[in-house]
Amino acid sequence: MLRFIVRRLLQLIPTLGGLSILLFVWLQRLPGGPEYALLPDDATPEQRAELRESLGLDEPVTVRYLAFLRRILEGDLGTSLATGRPVTEEFLTRFPATFELSVTAMLIAVAVGVPLGYLAARRRGTALDFMAVGGSLLGICTPVFFLAFILKVVLAEQLGWFPSAFRLSPGLARTDLSGLVILDGLRTGELDVVWDGLLHLALPGVALASIPLAVIVRMTRASVLEVVGEDYVRTANAKGLHRNTVRTRHVLRNALLPVVTSVGLLTGALFSGAVLTESVFAFPGIGSFIYEATQTRDYPVLTGFILLIATMYVIINLLVDISYSLLDPRVRAQ
Amino acid sequence: MSSSTPLLAVDELSVVFDGHGSDEVRAVDGVSFTLEEGRVTGLVGESGCGKSVTSLALMGLLPDRGVRVGGSAVMRLPEDRVDLLTLPQRRMRDLRGSQLAMIFQDPLSSLNPVVPIGRQVTEILRRHRGLRGSVADREAADLLDRVGIPDPKRRLREYPHQLSGGMRQRALIAMAVACRPRVMIADEPTTALDVTIQAQILELLRDLVTEEGTALLMITHDLGVVAGLCDDINVLYAGRAVETAPRTPLFSDPTHPYTVGLLSSIPRLDAPRGEPLTPIRGSVNDNIAWSQGCAFAPRCDHYTMECLQGPPELVAVGTAAGVEGGGSGGASAGASGAGAEHVHRCVNPVRHADVADQPVTESPAVAGGDEEEAQG
Repeated sequence: MLRFIVRRLLQLIPTLGGLSILLFVWLQRLPGGPEYALLPDDATPEQRAELRESLGLDEPVTVRYLAFLRRILEGDLGTSLATGRPVTEEFLTRFPATFELSVTAMLIAVAVGVPLGYLAARRRGTALDFMAVGGSLLGICTPVFFLAFILKVVLAEQLGWFPSAFRLSPGLARTDLSGLVILDGLRTGELDVVWDGLLHLALPGVALASIPLAVIVRMTRASVLEVVGEDYVRTANAKGLHRNTVRTRHVLRNALLPVVTSVGLLTGALFSGAVLTESVFAFPGIGSFIYEATQTRDYPVLTGFILLIATMYVIINLLVDISYSLLDPRVRAQ
Repeated sequence: MSSSTPLLAVDELSVVFDGHGSDEVRAVDGVSFTLEEGRVTGLVGESGCGKSVTSLALMGLLPDRGVRVGGSAVMRLPEDRVDLLTLPQRRMRDLRGSQLAMIFQDPLSSLNPVVPIGRQVTEILRRHRGLRGSVADREAADLLDRVGIPDPKRRLREYPHQLSGGMRQRALIAMAVACRPRVMIADEPTTALDVTIQAQILELLRDLVTEEGTALLMITHDLGVVAGLCDDINVLYAGRAVETAPRTPLFSDPTHPYTVGLLSSIPRLDAPRGEPLTPIRGSVNDNIAWSQGCAFAPRCDHYTMECLQGPPELVAVGTAAGVEGGGSGGASAGASGAGAEHVHRCVNPVRHADVADQPVTESPAVAGGDEEEAQG
């Protein structure tokens, strides 16, 4: 088991190395470098060249790549051209909010999606199945920002059941330990903060959960339908085991294997999906920051963001592989 | 039929699947047989003749919807008698695994790949015998040991993919015998195994039947298995029994043309090199419905217009008494005591003189599986 994890960790090196090269090439090839974004439109070519030199953009490619790589490894993602503060610092203050939102969305998607998909499979062909399958189709088809917008207008602004913006109600004091509102609130015992934070997470969480929820429902349903026809489920029934034992130990446990994989992939996608949701709910995460960075061609920020997303993806996939090998002994053996 | 009541009496069992939009399928069409303690009863026939569906119907493992089951299957329990076909699912769950057990065809796919073997054995001990913890573990190790799995304690912690094919089938048998069931159904238990392992598994089953007095229903298409293991044999064709007999008369004096065809299509080790096999013409798709006549008629070398006058009855073999006495003494005596009579469902049975020139003598194989050696 330990060897499996170490081997998987070593596999990260070429993955991330390749990614850094792609990223670097991408940055070199983009039209309209920062000298266009930072200087007024009527700047002279001499002024642009001067800025390129001061940013180190006139060095040979290999030199710049190695410098780029070294800075990344040192945790230095450069300085935001827009705010003038280090990108790492900007991310560290915003990332916890995005992380919290993404985890909330995934928890909603799994907690609702797996039981719903299971029930849809058990009651195949009934109204419940029809609604689950149809609803998930709708969930996949609805753009996240549209759903977020509808939720905000109806549930927050018209009905007033939920707050419509930010992570916490203005003026609510909280002790900041890690930047994670719910976790910090639970650790310090500030239950009013926890409740307020949950209310603020509810709508963006649901909006962001819609696509993974839809995928998980369909995935679970299809997987359960496949597994109930397996010979070992028939064996379990032939042994006279209680219906619930058959369902949990023999059906669900096997049916969840492909779902675990998809949860990993979906979680990675969530971080990028959070950009839109956050901008609708003025959620102070990384999303709205990135949105502005694309407007101003703030390359250090964009580079850092891509690197962050990619690293998250890789780490999540590592976690998926590890959990998969815990769930499926056949993977471990290879 | 018999003076003492049999352990399990299956009478006119029928299973009809609703066709989705098309015609319904009569997979089993009035099959009757009995199981007795300590005896092995064979259900023999080619693919699609209703063997496996019969076993699933008896186990109550057919799907809930889209299936109609008819007839009766009365089982004698210590306290009362129950009809397995009408018993509510909840009571069937109590019987399955404890009184009725089943061994399946493909041991790898029949074992849960993500649950250790030990857990798959102890879960049945816990369910029916209330054993748990270390007591259950010890009993599970004993069971694996009994079915011939070496180093059982280590095997309990392993997963199905870590075991060989023969080990897996032994593990499945261990689960089947865990609660000393009175009736055991084996559905082609050796099909997925190689020949030497086949022989070992058959020997194991034979020993379990002899030691425990279990009644074993052996479902197979392999006449070598039948010859080596079964006391009474039912030959099925298109969902009906076409010939039923104890082992010796069936092999020495088969009367139904289908049985004769099955026996003569077995490759023989002593046949001259290059001699072609004698297969049965056509395929199972060439059947006619039993309601119109003998379903086998289109493939039969002996059929006359009489065969198409309606469904033939299952009748005693005319000269059976005389011929049966000519068989080997032991098996015949046992057969006349508790076993099946020699009956067939044919208006133009093959007479013994006709089969004399067929390459059929006594049991074609004693240890079971010899034919496969010739094939492979």
